[in-house]
Amino acid sequence: MDLTLHVWRQKGPKDTGKLETYKVTGVDSDQSFLEMLDVLNEDLIKANKEPVVFDHDCREGICGMCSQVINGRPHGPHEETTVCQLHMRRFKDGDEIFVEPWRAKAFPIIKDLIVDRSALEKIMQAGGYVSCRTGGTPDANTHPIGKPIADYAMDAAECIGCGACVAGCPNSSAMLYTSAKVAQLAVQPQGKVEAKARVKNMTDAMQAEGFGNCTNHLECQASCPKGISVKFIAKLNREYLKTIAG
Amino acid sequence: MILDGKAPTGPIETAWDRYRFETKLVNPANKRKYKILMVGTGLAGGAGAATLGELGYNVESFCYQDSPRRAHSIAAQGGINAAKNYPNDADSIRRLFYDTVKGGDFRSREADVWRLSQVSNNIIDQCVAQGVPFARDYAGYLDTRSFGGAQVSRTFYARGQTGQQLLLGAYSALSRQIKAGTVKMHTRREMLDLVVVDGVARGITVRNLVTGEVESHWGDAVCLATGGYINVFYLSTNAMGCSVTANWKAVKKGAYFANPCYTQIHPTCIPVAGEYQSKLTLMSESLRNDGRIWVPKKAGDKRPANEIPEDERDYYLETKYPAFGNLVPRDVASRNAKQMTDANRGVGASGLAVYLDYRDAIGRVGENTIKERYGNLFDMYEKITDDNAYKQPMRIYPAPHYCMGGLWVDYNLQSNVPGLFVLGEANFSVHGANRLGASALMQGLSDGYFVIPYTIGGYLQTVIPGEVKTDHPAFKESIAQVEEQSKKLLSINGKRTVLEFHRDLGKILWDNVGMARSKESLNKALQEIPQLREEFWKNVKVTGSGNELNQQLENAGRVADFLEFAEVLTLDALNREESCGGHFRVESQTAEGEAMRDDENFTYAAAWEYKGEGKAPELHKEPLKFENIHLAQRSYK
Amino acid sequence: MHLLQSTVGRKILMAVTGLLLVGFITMHLLGNLSVFAGPDGINAYAEHLHSLGPLVWVFRLIMLVLFVVHITLGIQLSLENRTATPTNYAIKNRLKTTFSSESMLYTGLILLAFLIYHLLHFTVQITNPELSANHLPLDAAMRPDVFTMVVLSFQKVFISLVYIVGMIALFLHLTHGLSSFVQTFGWNNGPSQEKVTLGSKLVAVGFLLAYVAIPVFVLAHFVKI
Ligand SMILES: Cc1cc2nc3c(=O)[nH]c(=O)nc-3n(C[C@H](O)[C@H](O)[C@H](O)COP(=O)(O)OP(=O)(O)OC[C@H]3O[C@@H](n4cnc5c(N)ncnc54)[C@H](O)[C@@H]3O)c2cc1C
Ligand code: HEM
Ligand code: HEM
Ligand code: SF4
Ligand code: F3S
Ligand code: FES
Repeated sequence: MDLTLHVWRQKGPKDTGKLETYKVTGVDSDQSFLEMLDVLNEDLIKANKEPVVFDHDCREGICGMCSQVINGRPHGPHEETTVCQLHMRRFKDGDEIFVEPWRAKAFPIIKDLIVDRSALEKIMQAGGYVSCRTGGTPDANTHPIGKPIADYAMDAAECIGCGACVAGCPNSSAMLYTSAKVAQLAVQPQGKVEAKARVKNMTDAMQAEGFGNCTNHLECQASCPKGISVKFIAKLNREYLKTIAG
Repeated sequence: MILDGKAPTGPIETAWDRYRFETKLVNPANKRKYKILMVGTGLAGGAGAATLGELGYNVESFCYQDSPRRAHSIAAQGGINAAKNYPNDADSIRRLFYDTVKGGDFRSREADVWRLSQVSNNIIDQCVAQGVPFARDYAGYLDTRSFGGAQVSRTFYARGQTGQQLLLGAYSALSRQIKAGTVKMHTRREMLDLVVVDGVARGITVRNLVTGEVESHWGDAVCLATGGYINVFYLSTNAMGCSVTANWKAVKKGAYFANPCYTQIHPTCIPVAGEYQSKLTLMSESLRNDGRIWVPKKAGDKRPANEIPEDERDYYLETKYPAFGNLVPRDVASRNAKQMTDANRGVGASGLAVYLDYRDAIGRVGENTIKERYGNLFDMYEKITDDNAYKQPMRIYPAPHYCMGGLWVDYNLQSNVPGLFVLGEANFSVHGANRLGASALMQGLSDGYFVIPYTIGGYLQTVIPGEVKTDHPAFKESIAQVEEQSKKLLSINGKRTVLEFHRDLGKILWDNVGMARSKESLNKALQEIPQLREEFWKNVKVTGSGNELNQQLENAGRVADFLEFAEVLTLDALNREESCGGHFRVESQTAEGEAMRDDENFTYAAAWEYKGEGKAPELHKEPLKFENIHLAQRSYK
Repeated sequence: MHLLQSTVGRKILMAVTGLLLVGFITMHLLGNLSVFAGPDGINAYAEHLHSLGPLVWVFRLIMLVLFVVHITLGIQLSLENRTATPTNYAIKNRLKTTFSSESMLYTGLILLAFLIYHLLHFTVQITNPELSANHLPLDAAMRPDVFTMVVLSFQKVFISLVYIVGMIALFLHLTHGLSSFVQTFGWNNGPSQEKVTLGSKLVAVGFLLAYVAIPVFVLAHFVKI
């Protein structure tokens, strides 16, 4: 199939970027979106032009590196799919496709489609862990954890830290990302001990990093390649309420 | 030269305990004076940096991604082994040790493997304490599944994302230390040189991938946990950024590369779809628990799977290996798949695939149970192939996946270069000639959480902290060298892209140094690789400049290193005139076409020393002794 | 105090105040519906309210605090969210966001404007003095004739329109607001999401119809003096 791409090009953080238009022809429907961009880049290089830079690594939907907004949808039109797993069979001949980077104040653009997501790191560092020392831990089966709880924790833990929730949120809030970790740890006995400090510190960090506030638009879940549920945001809110209760 | 693995002598059961007691400790008050550079934030590097930071060392950590959490450990699906014996199926440290040595086809160092088996249990405890949501049964206890090469159920898992969950556990510990200030994290940095002063590793030189700036860092010890080199095949299950670069630069500074020819071709991957293909996707080995592998009995049978009657299907693994059936080790499974497709009995459009069938499993336990177990893998398969594996069998084919070879290290995980330690897939230590499923995660975490924290102390207490810093001329030299290479690559401005060269290299290796290697094919490769390398340096085209974010330049550097390394890999394969594990020499097979070792002449680890451009690398040997398991021809029948 | 700075804390304050305001408009609605019972309905009600004396002022004070907190936080949060999102996408393509959820600030501000007018109109009674209860003769039972005031007011199309617009703003505000506070209080287990969204729509519609009924029925002469 033949497609018309409008790709965001931006030389650097200070540059005001713009959308450039490219024609790609003979795209195979079994190609992944990134493989389609690879081909475009090969052509650009051969034509002595700067190839489009974009973040990617595992190309199997798990590392969370890839980050593109395609036709206004973070990670593209197909639900619960990362860009690297998005295949061209989701498009049809003659389509116009707009490719843009994550947009949020907390995610400054580095170049073209690559943004700086270190703000997400800061949120984790604020409390996304159980403070256990290496070694000094009891046998793994000491605390049985009911399957439903283990499954709930796993559902939350599937977050790949891509930032699509922020890119999709009208407020650029990182609430889904933050809540996924808060919820995963809060339901398990190991994590309960620090639960109160954790929810406070992580949400404060989110705010400090310049993310917006959550006003329950629920867009994040629809943008999430792992379908992380907004019920975890509700859980985070409950955890926060507990801190008020003292 | 004969290499000494420095493994403790005496009874193996107590070797590690005795070692820990005997190695001198670093005074706690002095720990923070020592700076340790940890390159890599995967299971090995992440766990290592976190633990060393926690112990009070001053750690600086590096990775090329924008977050430590994105290391390729994240992609591991199936699970992690431990000798917990929770299912009460007669597992034990000794059995895990035995299975691993046997699975590695008796080409690993016994003491290292025992230590690994011994700490495997602590790993599970550690991860659970971190909040890693392992699969559990309805009583709330940890669940396990079976993996290739073992007859016990010792593989712990977190859905189909075990590596992700374990890495996020290590990442959380790392984040905690970064917050505490004991670890300084440098993301989007690629190590492009090792700084060695008077034969001792003193630091590294990295390129800031955002600004292009070349920086160097000093450290009292340098740890490489930079993962595997299997991307040398171009198409593999590794991430696009995985490379041999860090290791290769170390080799050029004197470190030895051990067993590069031990590469693992994973039997269950999604077959290649087309020329543009950029990577291959693994379907976890756990699928072989319930899936049955088969091909049509008739050659060239092009009927769709469900039109092929039962008696015309050949469940070749089950008939050939009754004892292990579909759960034979990877090398065996892959080689058999190749034999089938070579015999024109492959399936799918390309004919380069075999079936992995769930029909019977679904009939037995129902579709929902199968969904429970493998749901996300089936989804992934459908996303990529657009086929529904609940309705029709999966098409799978072997793909380059893992490398057992790596930098040579002794029992301390220290390379032959003092001060240079190597962790995880980057070293060669425990898997011999073939790695069993669910053992690499185990090794990564064992090296990071439980081995390096002890062994590095033994070295550090012999050095003066901060003796050599970045003001030493060796660092300026190193920076100059790195900038020189970038300039060179940018100046060529030839006709072909980096990707094209990488693809060509991959093809040479896959065709000649792949699942079946012969003297001819290897010599052919040894001819073609240098030619390709020569053309690369004349005709590669890298756009842009060195002082900006430039992915072309990054890749060019990685491919340049692959082009040099591939030759050593092939030499090693040529030198090892036996079949063992992932290394299959057609000249050396049994009557039934099984791999045949030559213990007489090859019971050693081959460590290659770089001798400079155009010079043949020199082979050093570490003889392998088997005192606790007697050498036997591996059989899974 | 952490609550007033925290991103979640302020959300919770929004929700609590918002909810109490909902409580008020519910009471208020019930009171207002007594117009349909004629003068003896609403006049008695108003009389009763005023007879509470100082309590009325306590109540008004609480109301004032609720509004001030809710409004200031609402504006504050909304502005922060704006700065967090400096640039838009070339193509806007949202699946879950609704007009109501995106216009909370505006519907809120319209409500504010309405309120001010409303208070001047019915409480302070300076917008249309000629038909304010203070000027109108006391009713048969010697009570301020709120009923007549309301009816005469809404017979004026302009005034009715102002109210109807206000009510529509309220409807939009509550459509998101109600479901939003359920989520803010953490009452969401996943499956319940859909139901809550639907529920708050229905409640909001209920408020709309009930409130709008008053001016509409007056205009339609179902309610007359
Ligand atoms: C698809 C897949 C599935 C797998 N499934 C399993 C499984 O089920 N069970 C199992 O036991 N094993 C499995 N494995 C193997 C296992 O995941 C890996 O061997 C293991 O995770 C390697 O961990 P590591 O820490 O050594 O390296 P990695 O996790 O690869 O980390 C490498 C790190 O080094 C950094 N790095 C590399 N080069 C440089 C450089 N030049 N400069 C700076 N930083 C650099 C990277 O940024 C990264 O942080 C699987 C592997 C793959 C690919
Ligand atoms: C058709 C719709 C409405 C009618 C007929 C109506 C009628 C009235 C009347 C008659 C009063 C004066 C009561 C008195 O002082 O004796 C009043 C006061 C008030 N109304 Fe309404 N109202 C309506 C809608 C609303 C709405 C939607 C709100 C809130 C958003 C509101 C908020 C108030 C407030 C805050 C007061 C002041 C109460 C006080 O004096 O303490 N009203 N309303
Ligand atoms: C009768 C009057 C009002 C009622 C009943 C009301 C009710 C509510 C409720 C229930 C919410 C949801 C809180 C949450 O998200 O949990 C809300 C949110 C909001 N309100 Fe009001 N409100 C009223 C007036 C106002 C006014 C006058 C403003 C003026 C700016 C305003 C601004 C907002 C904003 C911006 C939000 C969104 C914040 C969020 O969704 O969290 N509201 N309101
Ligand atoms: S919650 Fe979903 S969208 Fe947000 S970071 Fe995690 S995976 Fe990405
Ligand atoms: S879209 Fe944004 S507003 Fe909250 S519910 Fe999701 S974070
Ligand atoms: S590239 Fe790893 S998730 Fe897309």
